[in-house]
Amino acid sequence: MTARASSIFTGAAQSSVLTLNRVCLLLVAIALLALFGADLAIYPVDPWQELARIGQGILLPSWQEPRILLEALGQTVAFALLAVAIAAPLGLGLAMLFHWRGVRVLCAAVRSVHELFWGLIFMQLYGLSATTGLLAILVPFTGVFAKVFAEIFEQQSRDPALTLAVGLNPIKRYVYTLIPQAWPALLSYTRYRFECALRSSAILGFIGLPTLGFHLETAFKQGQYAEAGALLWAFVLLIACIRFWVRPRLILLYLALSIWLLPETLGFSNGGYFWRFIGQDIWPAALREGDIGGALSWYGEMLSEQVWPGLVQTLLLTQIALVLTALVILAVYPLATRAMAGPLMRWPGRFLLLVLRSTPEMILAFVFLLLFGPSGLPAVLALALHNGGLIAFLVANASDAGRGTLNDRPDDPSGLLRYAYIETPRRFPAMLAFLFYRWEVILRESAIMGILGITTLGFYIDSAFEEIHYDRAFLLIAVTALLNVLVDSVSRRLRRLAHAEPVRQQDSSCLKVE
Amino acid sequence: MSEQRTLFQLSGQSLSYGEHRVLDNISLQIRAGERVALVGPSGAGKTTLLHLLYRQRPEQVALQPQSGGLVDLLSVYQNIFIGALARVGTLPALWNLVRPLAAHREAIAELVETLGLEDKLWQSVDRLSGGQRQRVAIGRALYRRQPVFLGDEPVSSVDPLQAEALLEHLLQQHETAVVSLHNRQLALNHFDRIIVMREGRICCDCPASELSEQALDAFYQQEPSPHPEPPPEDLQGWAMVKS
Repeated sequence: MTARASSIFTGAAQSSVLTLNRVCLLLVAIALLALFGADLAIYPVDPWQELARIGQGILLPSWQEPRILLEALGQTVAFALLAVAIAAPLGLGLAMLFHWRGVRVLCAAVRSVHELFWGLIFMQLYGLSATTGLLAILVPFTGVFAKVFAEIFEQQSRDPALTLAVGLNPIKRYVYTLIPQAWPALLSYTRYRFECALRSSAILGFIGLPTLGFHLETAFKQGQYAEAGALLWAFVLLIACIRFWVRPRLILLYLALSIWLLPETLGFSNGGYFWRFIGQDIWPAALREGDIGGALSWYGEMLSEQVWPGLVQTLLLTQIALVLTALVILAVYPLATRAMAGPLMRWPGRFLLLVLRSTPEMILAFVFLLLFGPSGLPAVLALALHNGGLIAFLVANASDAGRGTLNDRPDDPSGLLRYAYIETPRRFPAMLAFLFYRWEVILRESAIMGILGITTLGFYIDSAFEEIHYDRAFLLIAVTALLNVLVDSVSRRLRRLAHAEPVRQQDSSCLKVE
Repeated sequence: MSEQRTLFQLSGQSLSYGEHRVLDNISLQIRAGERVALVGPSGAGKTTLLHLLYRQRPEQVALQPQSGGLVDLLSVYQNIFIGALARVGTLPALWNLVRPLAAHREAIAELVETLGLEDKLWQSVDRLSGGQRQRVAIGRALYRRQPVFLGDEPVSSVDPLQAEALLEHLLQQHETAVVSLHNRQLALNHFDRIIVMREGRICCDCPASELSEQALDAFYQQEPSPHPEPPPEDLQGWAMVKS
């Protein structure tokens, strides 16, 4: 007994805050260094006048043709709903096979490529069609569902399985124990993913699909900010009211409506073209001809001119955005808490956080791009605001949930002192864990920002597709995917180092991957 | 009974989680037909020992873990039906979730009468009290229809009268049983052999007829110590397992 106790004490002799602080300092130092390398210039486009016009548009939204607005919203929902309806069962099936290495690698590969890149790939095969939009969402989402569902299964109690006969067919085992055991968690994660699918569906408009992003881009580019404002508000409301309009009984009706609402172009491509794309188009000509020297020089050139600069810029922006996200969280989470903002005044704060988390990063970045010109600054700001809003929301919820528990004392300080001495230290480990979970997401998003003209990996990928250099696009996408896998494993290690696993499994599963 | 075949055999088995030694040099043999009660203070290693035994013959054992292993969202019927999964094909098993199979409906309806749960058959088990849940877990073990029952405190939350009846029923329905209990009276009245555990060791392993409640209490009241004390004098001569 005594030996056991002393071993615990020697383990706890070092302060746990020390490790956390070291991790944080390291991240801040990296971000400061990154400031030197990142392209964060502000181009003098007189942002304030433009900002005033955008602000006016957002405050006074108007829309001339409600039919088009409804159609855009309808198609955004249709793509998201159908994709989730297909991806969730597929992911569930793969989650049951997740102990196979092949399945794990396949899932990691498909989810490390962003929906927009999948969209660009499928566009080459199926054109601007319903197939492209659906596949672009459901392929990466299947990988995410498989991983998260498998993790949820892992967290379930093993006891029910012990009462089963040994060597039982796995289908029976899952259907009678793990699936019903995990059902509430599976359902709540699927609901959350649907919200993500809505955002993905909206931004697929940026590559031309007829969803919200398409109309938004058009409205912004034409300077019709009142229309853009109407679209943004409609989208925020759509997400804010999800729990009122997504009802189990109505799902079948919605699915039928979605099929009816999809764009008419189905986009079939003959099999021959598909195999040519896989077998030839995505490989450099020199490699196909067996010219090793030529292939090597092609790869060398790609590496020095596109892969390396894109990679560096993506990583630099990611690190800056990560630290800035933490600052945003620390600044805004108290606004939404009962303890610090008060029972009534927390509602404006909660509304602000809702707007931040429901607006896709791409759309925020797009607006900032109009203000500050094409540098990394819009990307960093957009990433920090969106992710900061999302995590601050969870932190504020955790703070509210902690009210009235045993830890809560009547003589606790209030106001700023409460913020500094009680709430922030208590929420800090969970906040860091959330932040590390979002790291991978921030990386994927900063790569994708390139589509808007910021020189991250996505910029080179987008240009490669535009110039029909599929070989370049494929190499760049593969590099981006590898980078994602790498950051995911570093983040997992850091979380373990900081012992910063969030307490609520439901919250963490919502943040793991997007 | 001594000619019966050996079902479980451990010799010098130890098990540690990190620094903490859960089982310390356990040796024992259990033959088919024996009714063995495991007693001892909590943390003595009873649960770990049961799981170790389970792993020796999983194909013959109906295990009732301490938590019961119920699936909250499923009804009492489905939770008991889980015991029969190995006897049912995959498609009928899937169909049973939608429409319960007639034959099992009858058999389980009969079983829940023994358990006193007839009016709860179609309720999901998350709405049941602790005692009711435990009876569902017993129902599942019975419906496994295995020769060996391994139970970890199987009747601890059931009211005393019912506990006695259900324990007797479990023992009747299984050829062999190893059951951990905290109720010493139940152990003495219903079992042939009693194993007392303490701090990961077996400190007494003998026929129930040679023990009394007072003698069992003595094992609980000993001062906790890193090394087991020599057994009290009145225990000399019983089958001791050297540790």
